[in-house]
Amino acid sequence: MPTVALPGRASAISDPGEIRLAGWGNYPKLSTELLAPQSPAGARDDLLRWSGVIARGAGRAYGDAAIGTQSTISSRGLNRMRRFDAATAQLTVEAGVTIADILAAFEPRGFFLKVVPGTKFVTVGGAIAADVHGKNHHRDGGFGTIVDSFRLALPGGEIVSCSRSENAALFAATLGGMGLTGMILDATLRLLPIETAWLRQDTRVAGNLDAAIDQLEGSASSTYSVAWIDCLARGAALGRSLVYLAEHATRRDMDGLGSDLAPFPSPRTQRLSVPELFPGWLLNRASMRVFNELYFRRGAAHQGKQRLVHWDPYFFPLDAIADWNRIYGRRGFVQYQCVIPLERARRVLADILDRVSRRGDASFLAVLKQLGDGGGPMSFPLRGYTLTMDFPVSDTLFAFLDQLDALLVDAGGRLYLAKDARQSRATFESGYPGLAALRDIRQQTGATTRLVSHLSARLGI
Amino acid sequence: MTGTKSILVIGGSSDIGHATALRYAKEGWRVTLAARDLAAAQRNADDIRTRSGVDTTVQSLDVLQTGQLAGFVAGLSVLPDTVVCVVGELGDQLRAQADPELATTIMRTNFEAPSLLLEQFALAFEARGSGTIVGVSSVAGDRGRASNYYYGAAKAGFTQFLSGLRNRLALAGKVRVVTVKPGFVRTKMTAHMKLPPPLTVQPERVAEDIYRADVTRPRDVIYVARRFWLVMTIICALPEAIFKRMRI
Repeated sequence: MPTVALPGRASAISDPGEIRLAGWGNYPKLSTELLAPQSPAGARDDLLRWSGVIARGAGRAYGDAAIGTQSTISSRGLNRMRRFDAATAQLTVEAGVTIADILAAFEPRGFFLKVVPGTKFVTVGGAIAADVHGKNHHRDGGFGTIVDSFRLALPGGEIVSCSRSENAALFAATLGGMGLTGMILDATLRLLPIETAWLRQDTRVAGNLDAAIDQLEGSASSTYSVAWIDCLARGAALGRSLVYLAEHATRRDMDGLGSDLAPFPSPRTQRLSVPELFPGWLLNRASMRVFNELYFRRGAAHQGKQRLVHWDPYFFPLDAIADWNRIYGRRGFVQYQCVIPLERARRVLADILDRVSRRGDASFLAVLKQLGDGGGPMSFPLRGYTLTMDFPVSDTLFAFLDQLDALLVDAGGRLYLAKDARQSRATFESGYPGLAALRDIRQQTGATTRLVSHLSARLGI
Repeated sequence: MTGTKSILVIGGSSDIGHATALRYAKEGWRVTLAARDLAAAQRNADDIRTRSGVDTTVQSLDVLQTGQLAGFVAGLSVLPDTVVCVVGELGDQLRAQADPELATTIMRTNFEAPSLLLEQFALAFEARGSGTIVGVSSVAGDRGRASNYYYGAAKAGFTQFLSGLRNRLALAGKVRVVTVKPGFVRTKMTAHMKLPPPLTVQPERVAEDIYRADVTRPRDVIYVARRFWLVMTIICALPEAIFKRMRI
């Protein structure tokens, strides 16, 4: 007999259920109980009831940060916006509201977010927990700088308000605290008024790593800057890059460029999608080399010309391809994102890129950005340069990344926890001197034994 | 410009009610959410106001207090252009079999109360000469099954009520009645159930189809997802001698 379940079928009722969960990198895949509360009060009750628990937003952390050792509380049911004050541009939303939700509602009304990460599909709770950064971190700081306050559910069930003036230590430790201080229920952010949906973009070609860093350093007057590095270039061309500089375009800028584009065009909804079982072998050296060559020729053609680029492709280029993480196949991938302090950056970055280009299996492109000082004791950024690369998981990968970690530790750098799936405790502890502050707070609130993600268990947080 | 139009959602604390109200608000309709759980309705109203910038209010209403329904409609400060009733409760079939009180509540919540309330709106809309009544029923009302026959029977009753009401109002004039039959929808009500992905929709999809059936492409009866029409046609065509032995 067929076993089609129709609404209300009693036997279809399931336990919340052990499921296998992974981050955006599809590595590692781990068993956990997944809970789906439908309100902030429900989330607080779940937190109180379970141990070995962590909050999970949109699942865009790459590794094991948002998978509880026993249970995982999804914030997706906490998806209501609460209030907006146009005079102060203050917006209060629940933790599961995404940046895409906010932009969809407020961009047409002339507001943006001063800090956005590389994808708009992250939740506000996740953005705070990872203290995400954008292409303007060196000037404007991380996501925490646009957060005025949030409410945090502690493992004992207490709900506390946190801001720079109220529970300030808890506020700071929660920025970049990877959900290990409590579950963020809602937050009040300040939006950024914009005149148009467009950015005025300059493209510069840098023939090698030194030139790319010179370009980034020389662009201190630009709000947004980022370099896309060709990981396959070797020798004298090691680190050859396209450097993109951008400003929010004003109406006057648009007039000056002779543009007849609408200041706020209606959104395009077409998205490409990667098939479920994209074979990993399609990503090989030859195909990547062709892609990079085309990419650079196209970019170089734009050099010296100011162009208007819509915020969506400028800030979120990969969001146009749904499920792009599937291109790495079944075994998944690791995104390696490190930051190197300013004074050691040139030499160490060159060393890393050289090893990566020799190995030859890194992503199409790597991203190089400047960072400023971090917002909380556990925030990833420090004054220096951050390099981001994707590596498909393979038998030899982790030993190779350990070698990169050794260079990093020696230079006083650190790895981004939102991307991490494999670093050692020693690498982690040397990179995060603020760890003691987080551990203290976890002791005080009883979080140490109750709020445990696979990441925190692995790294001994 | 539709800025002066208004919608009232009965069951405004629900996910489908929230999504439907938000869909209309994005077109500039003023929104009122009526619900028994005022705090939950207020949370939805805040969301709609924040996202759309549209004026949104909440009203307390317990539809099971059927003696108060006429007074509720008469007491509305503005009679809405469209009323959408998403009131419903799945209930626990196994418990209902042993507990007549629960069985009664399921039947009253899904059939009796919504029908009596919408009759009041039909009268008021008729008197005004305009309006749309949207009743959210369920595919579960198309054929009774072991797993949910109190819920299914009540929804069947509600579907037939809407059919009859539409017939009466169509003969009389300008008031429209739309029957909406969702299949699987990912909501609070189904959060604990495993649903087959190809047949499962988000509340926003139900909202979009309701808006379309009311405003942009008027229809009498819609299935959401549309492919559920085929599924239910097949299920309804099965001979009872076979159907009664199936576990579906």
